Amino acid sequence: MTDTDIVTRPDETAKPGAWEPRIIAFLCYWCSYTGADNAGTARLKYPANIDIIRVMCSGRIDPDLIMTAFAKGADGVMVCGCHIGDCHYIAGNHKTMARMPMVARVLGDFGIEPERFVHEWVSAAEGDKFARLVRQVTEQVRQAGPLNWPARMRQRGVGHGQDLHPWGEEA
Amino acid sequence: MTASIPAAERQPGKLRIGMYWASSCGGCDISLLEIAEHLLELIEVADVVLWPCVADFKYRTVADYPDGYIDVCLFNGGVRSSEQEEIARLVRRKSRTLAAYGACAMDGGIPALANLKSTGEIYDAVYHSNPTLYNPGKTEPVERWSTPQGDLTLPRLYPQVLRLADVVHVDYQIPGCPPVGAQVWKVLQAVAAGEVPARADAVRVGCDNRSVCDECHREKRKTRVKEFKRPHLAIPEPNWCLLEQGFVCLGAATRSGCGALCTKAEITCRGCYGASGLAADQGTAMLSALGSVIDATTEDRAREIVDGIADPTGTFYRFSLASSTLKARR
Repeated sequence: MTDTDIVTRPDETAKPGAWEPRIIAFLCYWCSYTGADNAGTARLKYPANIDIIRVMCSGRIDPDLIMTAFAKGADGVMVCGCHIGDCHYIAGNHKTMARMPMVARVLGDFGIEPERFVHEWVSAAEGDKFARLVRQVTEQVRQAGPLNWPARMRQRGVGHGQDLHPWGEEA
Repeated sequence: MTASIPAAERQPGKLRIGMYWASSCGGCDISLLEIAEHLLELIEVADVVLWPCVADFKYRTVADYPDGYIDVCLFNGGVRSSEQEEIARLVRRKSRTLAAYGACAMDGGIPALANLKSTGEIYDAVYHSNPTLYNPGKTEPVERWSTPQGDLTLPRLYPQVLRLADVVHVDYQIPGCPPVGAQVWKVLQAVAAGEVPARADAVRVGCDNRSVCDECHREKRKTRVKEFKRPHLAIPEPNWCLLEQGFVCLGAATRSGCGALCTKAEITCRGCYGASGLAADQGTAMLSALGSVIDATTEDRAREIVDGIADPTGTFYRFSLASSTLKARR
């Protein structure tokens, strides 16, 4: 990543109009993170819109981490793990494969479109698949537009009790 | 933060308690009567200075109390309208200690399930499309209506159900739908004995820190779920873990303290005591737990099993949607 890439990385200070999708990607250590590394080693290009969080196993990705990513302002979330049968911990990704369809349904009920949440298996050898996936997800999240969850909730008055003096006056 | 601000001086005289209802069903008010004969002991040491459910208290009466006049106010129900927020702020000012009483005040409760619908959809269901309605004029409530005698106003409906803690500082939270009588009595005894600090930061009382499974008598056989069943379509086998039998029981993700009343009665835990000790979000905690008990080795089979859960969001967040990480539909 060049200095320019780092400076132009999307963040909250980005000017309106210059919106860039911000995608959080949870990758398992043994396959998918190595796959992403593989993409880098092979000098494959993919957009700088993803922030990768490495976890030891996709089974460790508590669904609340996905909700929290959206609640804190992510426009999209990716979850990648080893293919079924390849799990370093034998059956960690079996939990993932049961949870993710439920996560997608719950997100749908909260009004978060399916394009914003992607769950895919990426092996350590699939650098090209990873790069392709990031390009595709970035594009579909760009089409979906900004999600802006924190501002939406603030607008509706959620949480302002936290800033109040116990007697009711503003702190 | 706010908990470090000292409470007002206690006014002389008997202990003064209040109970207020906002977006709730009235069950919490009734649950206070569940302390049964202890009610007589309670009124020996305490005066009721606010309880609209059982006696006539005008808002003016409460507004005329000095600040901090009510020693402990139990507030049940979430906040869905401008009137409820106004009274929440008023009783906060008039109470030394404010407790969110019951699932609705603490986590939004059943009314917060409406956070999955827009105000427009709710109005449509309530005033237009419900099959039992007769509303040919398509009448809807409005906030302001002018008559020759003057303007009439109604409180504003908020776009979503908020918890009490979303609008004012809350000292204690008492979970349950409704809170169990024995737990309520324990809390009231502690209050009467002066053992409860007036100021705290949303500390949960009247419950334990573990999960309902810890209190449940049912046997775990370490089997996995092949198919989910809906409670009205199958009869559970007694004394065997309901989740292992394929019923979506929220015990694993729910705070203990109720004595596992529902599973004793062959009914799945609905999750009314809110998220258990370490979980921030009850719904995802349950979703996560379910993912670990599915009997599948292929992706298609896993999807087939979990697709058998009708309405996962409404089930996992039945009582805690307003406390969830996402809080409401977009």
